[in-house]
Amino acid sequence: MDTIDKIDEKTLFKKGAEASLYLADWHERKVIIKVRIPKKYRPEALDVQIRSYRTVHEPQLMHEAKVAGVATPLIYMVNVPQAAIIMEYVEGQQIKQLLNAAGKHERQGLCVRIGESTARLHQNGLIHGDLTTSNMILNPEGKLFFVDFGLGEKNIELEAQGVDLHLLKRALQSTHYQFWEECFQSVLCGYTSILGIEKAEKVYEKIREIERRGRYVEERRQ
Amino acid sequence: MKTAKKTCLGSYCLGIESSADDFGVGVSTFDGEILANKSDSYIPLEGGIHPREAARHHAEVADKVLGEALLKAGVKPRELSVIAFSQGPGLGPSLRTGATVARALASYLNIPLVGVNHSVAHIEIGKLKTGASDPVTLYASGGNTMVTAFDSGRYRVFGETLDIALGNCLDVFGRSTGLKGRKGLPVGAAIEQLALKGTKLVSLPYVVKGMDLSLSGLLTAATVALQKGVCRLEDVCYSLQENAFSMVTEVTERALAHTEKKEVLLTGGVAANKRLQSMLAIIAKEHDAKFNVVPLEFATDNGAMIAWTGVLAFRHGLVTPVDESFVKLRWRVDKVDVPWIQSIR
Repeated sequence: MDTIDKIDEKTLFKKGAEASLYLADWHERKVIIKVRIPKKYRPEALDVQIRSYRTVHEPQLMHEAKVAGVATPLIYMVNVPQAAIIMEYVEGQQIKQLLNAAGKHERQGLCVRIGESTARLHQNGLIHGDLTTSNMILNPEGKLFFVDFGLGEKNIELEAQGVDLHLLKRALQSTHYQFWEECFQSVLCGYTSILGIEKAEKVYEKIREIERRGRYVEERRQ
Repeated sequence: MKTAKKTCLGSYCLGIESSADDFGVGVSTFDGEILANKSDSYIPLEGGIHPREAARHHAEVADKVLGEALLKAGVKPRELSVIAFSQGPGLGPSLRTGATVARALASYLNIPLVGVNHSVAHIEIGKLKTGASDPVTLYASGGNTMVTAFDSGRYRVFGETLDIALGNCLDVFGRSTGLKGRKGLPVGAAIEQLALKGTKLVSLPYVVKGMDLSLSGLLTAATVALQKGVCRLEDVCYSLQENAFSMVTEVTERALAHTEKKEVLLTGGVAANKRLQSMLAIIAKEHDAKFNVVPLEFATDNGAMIAWTGVLAFRHGLVTPVDESFVKLRWRVDKVDVPWIQSIR
C-alpha cells in the first residue's frame, strides 16, 4: 500500500490557493499529487472537516463526470487523512491561455465545447463548482478535460446549475473581459445544444434571477 | 502626478458621505492630506436602518457636521476648489440628502462637483492611509462584501457575496439575540467580544461557490442554533465569526493566488474586527504579500474617503455636471473607470 508521505517539495508543480499540485512519477506513470494544505486561518476542526469533505468528494465527482461524458483525469489513489489525491497528469494547455491567444473562430469553437461539457455535467446532476478557464485543459489530441472538482457537488436543482453557469460567466468577465460576451454566447450555444432549448432557457432565467439577487444590480427590484 | 504638485497649495476638496447611517464630511488637500473627517451617525431606536429616518437625520445634522469639518480643517468655504459626494451605491433617501447638500454648496460657491463611487472611495482611502499601491482588497461592511483588484482601468470584482453582506449578517444575528448597538460599540463589536469567550465550534454551513460566497444560510443556521437553546451565545458568536471570516478569507486567498498581487488590503466597517484581521494577515504572509488594514477612523463610512477620491477624479479631469448628479443606488464598483491608476505592471 502506498502512502504519500515522501513528497519532494522540489516537484511542486503548482501552488494554488487551496491545494498544492506535485508532479511525480508513480509506478511508471506521470501523475499529479494534489494535497489540500491545512489552512492556519481557520480552526483546526473546521479545517479538517472542509479538507476531508473536498478530498472525498472530488474523486467521486470526477468519476461521475466521466460517466456523463466529460473527460477528467484518472484517479489512482486517495488518502483522506493526508487530504491527498493521486491522479493522471493531463498533458496540454489551459483554456485560460488558449482563449487569449486564439483567433475568433477557434475561440468560439472552444467555448461551444465548454458549454456542451457543462451541460453534460448538469444533465447528470453534477455541479463543477469552480468553472473557470484555469480549470479546463485541452490535450494535444484535442480532448477537453475539466479538472479541479474540489468545490463540486451532486445537485439536480436549477439553482445550483444557474450558480454554476453564472460562475463561468463571471470568470469570463474577469479573466477574458475583452471578449467575454462573445465567449459566453458561444458557451450558451453549446449548453443549449445538449440540454435543449426548453431546459436551457430555465437555467438562463435562473441566472438572471441570481444576478438580480446580487448587490447593486441595475435591474434588481424589490 | 506632476500637475498635482503645482496646484496643491490652497487646493482643497470637501467630500460628503451619506450612503447609509453615517453623515460624514471630510476635507482633503490635493496631495492627500486629510485635514478633517467629521461625522454623525443615525442610531435606530430598534431594528436596522430605516432609510427615511436616516435621511431625516442627515438633513438635521448636515450644517453642524459641515461646520465642524471646515473649522477643524481651518478652511473657509471660499477656499474650497471642488465638492465631492458619495453618488452610490447606497440607500436612496440617504444618498439624496448628501447629494442635495453637495449640489447646493457647489452651486453657491460656483465650483465643480464630483460624484464618487462609495466602494471605490473605500479602496482609495485604504491605499492612501496604508501606503498600499496595488492590493487585492477585501471590502466588508454592512452593505458590501467583495474582493476586488485593479486590472485594465477598473477595479474588477473577483468574488462577492451572492446575498447579504458580512456586516449585515453579523448585525442581524446580533440584533436577533437582543444585542443593541450604541455609539462607539456597534453590534459587530459586541459579537466580537462575545466570540472571544466562545470555546466550542458549533457546526454551521460553510458556503463558498467558486470565488463567491453566500451568508444568508449561515445567518439562519446561527439564529436557529441559538433558539434551540442548547448552545451558548458565546459559542454561536464564535462559530458564526469563524465560519463567515474563513469564507471571506478563502475567497480573498483565491483572488490573491489568481492575481499574484503582493498586497492585501482590508477595508470597510468589518475591518475593525481583530479576528478577521488576523486571518487575512495569515494568508497574506503565506503568499508573500504585505497585509494592510485601514485605520478604524477611515474603515467605516466617512467623508474623508469621498474627499480624497474626489481629488483623484478631479485631478484627472472628471467632474459631474449637476444635471448628471442623480444618485445611483446600485452603482457597482466594476462599472467605474479609475483613470488615475496608471497601468500597473
